[in-house]
Amino acid sequence: MALQQDQVVLRIITKLLAPLIMLFGLYVQFHGDFGPGGGFQAGVIFAAAIILYGLVFGLDAARAVIPPSSLRILVPLGVLLYAGTGVLTLLLGENFLSYNALVPSDTAKGQHYGIIAVELGVGITVASVMILLFFSFAGRGKVKA
Amino acid sequence: MTGELMLHVINGSLLAMMIVAALAIARLRSLFAVAMLTGLFSLLSACVFVLLDAVDVAFTEAAVGAGMTTVLFLATLGLTRSREKVTPKDRAIPAMLVAGGCGAVLIYALSGLPEFGAADTPVHQHPITEKYLVTSIDETHIPNTVTTLLASYRGFDTLGEVVVIFTAGIVVLMLLGRCAREREPEQDARVKD
Repeated sequence: MALQQDQVVLRIITKLLAPLIMLFGLYVQFHGDFGPGGGFQAGVIFAAAIILYGLVFGLDAARAVIPPSSLRILVPLGVLLYAGTGVLTLLLGENFLSYNALVPSDTAKGQHYGIIAVELGVGITVASVMILLFFSFAGRGKVKA
Repeated sequence: MTGELMLHVINGSLLAMMIVAALAIARLRSLFAVAMLTGLFSLLSACVFVLLDAVDVAFTEAAVGAGMTTVLFLATLGLTRSREKVTPKDRAIPAMLVAGGCGAVLIYALSGLPEFGAADTPVHQHPITEKYLVTSIDETHIPNTVTTLLASYRGFDTLGEVVVIFTAGIVVLMLLGRCAREREPEQDARVKD
């Protein structure tokens, strides 16, 4: 799916845009408490940057940025981070996912840390699943008729 | 008053463009054009969500509907044929009956909904709305009620959603990942050369 070498405008613009899209994804991820956004949106935006890079520079270049083997670790890691936060609050003597237990003296901080951890888990899983979807769809050879 | 008129004009033109895009999708046979038009349709509905003050939903619609889905459509079209087969004429009448019937049922169901923005609906009057909108800031000290609701009050539901995405990813890998693995030894051989 790589474009030809002479598509200078697309290549330069992609190089300029991709880091900005990633930065915006991180902003949506960690500013979700205060503005619109959160883990799901941030994960999709972050994945969009990698997919744009893969569309313009080819699948192999995108695979060099994020190898599929590391994505296979990141997909369950996000779910484990989310569920692990719940188990942690259980161990601290509260209900599953009740973040007040994280900082018992200050519920505002406890909620803040808990939501950040949980949203990060969502973001990691969503971003890596989206990139994996793109890799496995775009990486398939043409079906022989 | 001019602001309200402006809003009606913008809403009306967005919805009109969505209808035109939908009709074009139904008429076109070139599937590449159809894939681009579905992306455009998603982008238009994202604009409508922004007008309805649902910015979170608009984000998701723009990134998933207009971005991801279009790319996956195009990647799939690269593997298959890109022109739609001509449908036999004798199937047109049953198809029109099914589509018209579904549309009629939906329009009938619309008449049972409350007026747009009506204040006396359960959504606005149920005590739980008051609780989330008013007391959540004292309980969690987080200004974005949507985030509080999704991640804190309904944290367990969101865990379920993440597990759904995880499962979807695993299933796609199981179905499509084998082809990628078969190619790996070939790539290794190229590296050695």
